[in-house]
Amino acid sequence: MKADAPAVNYRSELTLAAVAAAVFVALALLPPYIGLYQTQLLTYGLIAAIAALGFNLLLGYTGLLSFGHSAFFGIGAYAVAFLLRDLKIQSMEGYLVLGLPIVALASALFGYISVRHTRIFFGILTLALSQVLYSLALKLFWVTGGTDGLRVARPSLLFGLFSFTGAGSFQRFIDTYYYYVLVIFAACVILMWVIVHSPFGKALQAIRDNETRAAFIGLRIRRFRLISFTISGTFTGLAGILWAPLNGLATPDVLYWPFSGEIVFTALLGGFRNFAGPIVGGIVFTYLKTYAVATTEYWQALLGTVLVLLVIVLPTGIVGALSLLASKFGARAKS
Amino acid sequence: MAILIIQILNALFYASVLFLIAAGLSLIFGVMRIVNMAHGSLYAVGAFVTAWLVGRAVALGLPALWLFLLIPLGAAAVALLGAVIEPLLLRPFYRRAEEYQLLVTFGLLLILEDALRFIWGGLPLSADTLMDAVPSIRLGGLIYPGYNLVVIGVGAGAAVALWAVIYRTKFGVMLRATSQDRRMASALGLNVGVVYVSAFAIGCFMAGLGGAIIVPSQAAVLGMGINALVLAFVVVVIGGLGSLQGALVGALVVSFVRTAGIQFFPEIELAVLYLIAALVLLVKPTGLFGSA
Amino acid sequence: MTILLQTIDLRKQFGETRACDGVNFIVHQGEFLSLIGSNGAGKTSLVNLISAHLRPDSGRILFEGKDITHATVSGRIKAGIARSFQIVNLFDGLTVFDNVALSIFSRQGKTARMASPANHDREVRDEGLEVLGQFGLRDKSGIAAGGLAQGERKLLDVAIAYALRPKLLFLDEPTSGVSTRDKAQIMDTVSQIVRAGTVTAVIVEHDMDVVFRYSDRIVMMHEGSFLADGTPEEIKANKDVANILLGVPLSA
Repeated sequence: MKADAPAVNYRSELTLAAVAAAVFVALALLPPYIGLYQTQLLTYGLIAAIAALGFNLLLGYTGLLSFGHSAFFGIGAYAVAFLLRDLKIQSMEGYLVLGLPIVALASALFGYISVRHTRIFFGILTLALSQVLYSLALKLFWVTGGTDGLRVARPSLLFGLFSFTGAGSFQRFIDTYYYYVLVIFAACVILMWVIVHSPFGKALQAIRDNETRAAFIGLRIRRFRLISFTISGTFTGLAGILWAPLNGLATPDVLYWPFSGEIVFTALLGGFRNFAGPIVGGIVFTYLKTYAVATTEYWQALLGTVLVLLVIVLPTGIVGALSLLASKFGARAKS
Repeated sequence: MAILIIQILNALFYASVLFLIAAGLSLIFGVMRIVNMAHGSLYAVGAFVTAWLVGRAVALGLPALWLFLLIPLGAAAVALLGAVIEPLLLRPFYRRAEEYQLLVTFGLLLILEDALRFIWGGLPLSADTLMDAVPSIRLGGLIYPGYNLVVIGVGAGAAVALWAVIYRTKFGVMLRATSQDRRMASALGLNVGVVYVSAFAIGCFMAGLGGAIIVPSQAAVLGMGINALVLAFVVVVIGGLGSLQGALVGALVVSFVRTAGIQFFPEIELAVLYLIAALVLLVKPTGLFGSA
Repeated sequence: MTILLQTIDLRKQFGETRACDGVNFIVHQGEFLSLIGSNGAGKTSLVNLISAHLRPDSGRILFEGKDITHATVSGRIKAGIARSFQIVNLFDGLTVFDNVALSIFSRQGKTARMASPANHDREVRDEGLEVLGQFGLRDKSGIAAGGLAQGERKLLDVAIAYALRPKLLFLDEPTSGVSTRDKAQIMDTVSQIVRAGTVTAVIVEHDMDVVFRYSDRIVMMHEGSFLADGTPEEIKANKDVANILLGVPLSA
């Protein structure tokens, strides 16, 4: 009897955990070395990574390309703004506890409509969805603040343990918030990893690969897609919730279709066929966009061009290309 | 009473434009199985190019009736653009996964939107001269722009012309054969490449025409492309992707709901449209006239 | 012999074509049945109707005495009917092991589990490896299904259906497009599991050598209805069958 590959390979899982822990520690140690502005940028990057991670559950693992994920990000951001303005909640935990069910509900609702269709209609429906929300945010300006958006003050963290008012509060906020986001980011990564490697995750991939056969081994296609959609939207919504206090403002831009495009772009950039791709894509994209926006007014065209080039030249994204290189290097090293 | 007639005419006016856009989208999908995410942007290009041409023509002192020729010219420019885009950006991806096709056309959307901003800046570009060239008509005490009736005529004419081309010409047979079974059509000697680029160009012409005929009435603005795209999507969702009647019926439904919406609940008219689309999909997943 | 499956006056029409014209099909428990006939005779349509890939125009389907005519695909799988397709249908992005394991997870109702990695489930792992072993794919368990050779893909295709541990297994042309040696492996494996009494098998086949070698009973379809039904010897002796298969007009 051979020692088989799928025998529970605890060793590879432990290695993975060790690498992840090392990366986490490295990220935790960075702030003093990179300064305030870069720490803030990196925080945005981690948030983008969470959004992309959620998005890719739907694209990479379930095979559904959504052009409307900005809707969930925006709902998360505006939820924070409304909770602050209307319920006077100023605690980050309050935003999370109340905001997450809101984005989950919204995802489930939109998912219910959208997953009855696939591919093209799915893309159309999700795009139209984010546009509807955008138009509502713009037009119902007495509720949403219109193009001016709604102000989001710095919340207190850890049930009021840390609050940020007075002199030097911006710096203290950035310093502390980075770690807050980092921990949530780590939790999201672990959670998503377990989900995609679970029987549920395998079922999603089967549905992605061969819908007909998946049905004929007894999988309820629509139900799985709906659950995937809900989880996906919730993760992206969580990113929106984390984003609002950092940005200080909830604006309609994060509901606008180009933002959906950015989310899609991050997954493609990192590589949507593997787990780490969206994480890398989210972080890299944040830096790319910051520098692109600073460089040219027409960064959208730049984004579009890079998108097309990526599809032509690097369809497996950064991580995909790297792992291809690594395996080629490994093969050469063996011979 | 006159107001009701005016509202109906407005709805028909907008339906004509929507039909042109949606029919183009549907045609391209029907023949090539591609959804062009940049379709709305091409409509915007048609509007901007035509408005610009009108501006130049007026500056050159051309008589008003000549300006009408600029409308098909603007549409033709978009068709030309399409004839360049298809072999360059789309053909390499037919064999690839559908996601990549959507991504490429989405990238194109981003590029076109910024290109319009780059060329014509952020200010609206109008072509009122053309609209003013058509005399207004009297409707029971109210004045209504005659131009809108011209647009309705163009819309109806385009529907008939498209139907005739698809169902009554040899080229139409080729289009339908290729849409049914591409490999078979190719095996029978049809030059699929020519059919594809022609179908795409025609689809782009329709979108460009939509932009060209609306611009005398509504100035070309940035963002008109994506708004049109979303509405066109709602039209094909309701009417069914790949169907000519679907585009017509869908355009009428969307336009009438939108006109009523703007009257009675302006802020949420898009939401209402989306709701209707969702309801149609619940009952008939492929749209009213669509097939899987 | 107990009747496992019975269709009563099953009809399905596509435009002018009568794919199933009042079909009364009976499958007995434990038998190895071959469904033969020329192309367009209605064999795949019959399998599609029984597996809920198609809805009948009229008629009933009884499985173990219960009426399953209106049961959904997943309902029929739960009842114990599984099938494979003419064209190989695998989950190319998943490993060979995962392809089979998924059937097991589905059968055991574990597909909703998100809380722990799939490969930690020893019960499923052991059963999955056992099934792969039965089909000779055990040493390929770690590679992606997309990377298998054609014959192996067919084997995996059958294995996925078998891993559902159905009572009735429909295999649609399980040996088409496969080399002679692989044909034998596929058919020997299926034959074994039928002999072991765990499964009743119905195969749609064109390869008459395979059909005569392995079947307990052969049913021939022609233009939507049954033309002949009997043991291999009876079928071999049947002139109408020979005529159809050789393209000669039917005797009056």
